[in-house]
Amino acid sequence: MPDQKRVNIWRAFLNRPNTDSAKTLGVAFLVALGCSVIVSLTAIYLKPLLDANRLRESAGSLVEIVDALGVPVPQVRLVERTSGEYLSRATSDKAALDPDQDLAGLKEVENTLTAYEVRDGARLTLVILPVRGAGYKSTLHGYLALKADLNTIAALTFYQQDETPGMGARIMEKKWQDLWRDKKTADATGAIQIRVVTGAASGIYEVDGISGATRTGNGVSNLVKFWLGTNGYGPYLARLKQQGDG
Amino acid sequence: MSTNPLVKPIIAENPVTFQVLGICSALAVTTSLSTSLVMSAALIFVLSLSNVTISTIRAHIPNSIRLIVQITIIASLVIIVDLVLQAYLFEISKRLSVFVGLIVTNCIVLGRAEAYAMKNSPWPSLLDGIGNAFGYAWILLLIGSVRELLAAGTLMGHEVFVLVDNGGWFTPLLLMALPPSAFFLLAVLVWIVRTIRPEQAEQEEQV
Repeated sequence: MPDQKRVNIWRAFLNRPNTDSAKTLGVAFLVALGCSVIVSLTAIYLKPLLDANRLRESAGSLVEIVDALGVPVPQVRLVERTSGEYLSRATSDKAALDPDQDLAGLKEVENTLTAYEVRDGARLTLVILPVRGAGYKSTLHGYLALKADLNTIAALTFYQQDETPGMGARIMEKKWQDLWRDKKTADATGAIQIRVVTGAASGIYEVDGISGATRTGNGVSNLVKFWLGTNGYGPYLARLKQQGDG
Repeated sequence: MSTNPLVKPIIAENPVTFQVLGICSALAVTTSLSTSLVMSAALIFVLSLSNVTISTIRAHIPNSIRLIVQITIIASLVIIVDLVLQAYLFEISKRLSVFVGLIVTNCIVLGRAEAYAMKNSPWPSLLDGIGNAFGYAWILLLIGSVRELLAAGTLMGHEVFVLVDNGGWFTPLLLMALPPSAFFLLAVLVWIVRTIRPEQAEQEEQV
């Protein structure tokens, strides 16, 4: 009888002395297997709730930026990344990035981007772009808001990061984020110039870095540069400017 | 004195005041009553289930990998608690940050697994786990209440003492919001318990 046999093998295994190396390996394997199955099942079962909480936090950050600027509810736009044209439906495909283009350390980027436009009648007053990129030891998630000329920063906020507390993590502080207001992103030739500098910033393209957080600062510089550039929202912003929306 | 594994750890062999274990988390999460409450619930879950599980398979745990097996079981339970908190109590889980994860290194949990669950059957182990977790919990809740009350004039976020800022009489003690105050309160608590029960005091060292 196969069942009887299986029970016997199990019995024989349990009856082996605890000093036996086969039993040691077997127990280690079974404990690891049991624990990983239970943890995985919990994680899968709770995933929708966890995702919803993270989404709500990101939406809360968007609501904050909109509230702080005192503007009407933005319109959600799906944008084809390479052409900058509006799309009616999102696609879920991603494009791999060459290492020399990959300023934000993303490895790959979605082909459909989301942008939020705020209009006063037909006139564009604000564009809010979700941005993300590698910091010093975590991925930084935030929103970049541009004024109607599409070259002046209205706000930069971060809502998710795991940088060093008291140093890189201070990019979450409103005081630092406020430094970005009214800075210009690109010069007359269209090259992106805005960056975080170590020490005191001078001029309209520079933002004071946080002392002790140079690499987080570089991460922020690079991710802003990436998302405003040709592999990010560049084509979309260029199209808005051309249409005289800017 | 009671020998019941459920009652003994409440005062007589309390893990915090008598054995002085689990101090780090007691300092870190007692800034308010709500975080103390959630941390206590998390520890009750982890400690009772880890004790039962380890006790159930204790006859088959090889001595050479004993600690690894115990830590694996404890860590799995802690991850489950952490995920549940992030799913259902997101705001509080952000305030507790790493301290739920650090239950893995809480000496009470591994201590009870080694000292009790490895030698006793599942039912007394469950009682021992619950008893020790409650012994930890009541101290956390007491210190959490005192700190929140004196640092912010509130309990569970509800105003109890009206602050001077709101036209009342109470000036908050900022020290109570900082970790050292938990040390002071804990020291006072240990002093009180050992005055009532002098047998808990350590023997003076012979020179």
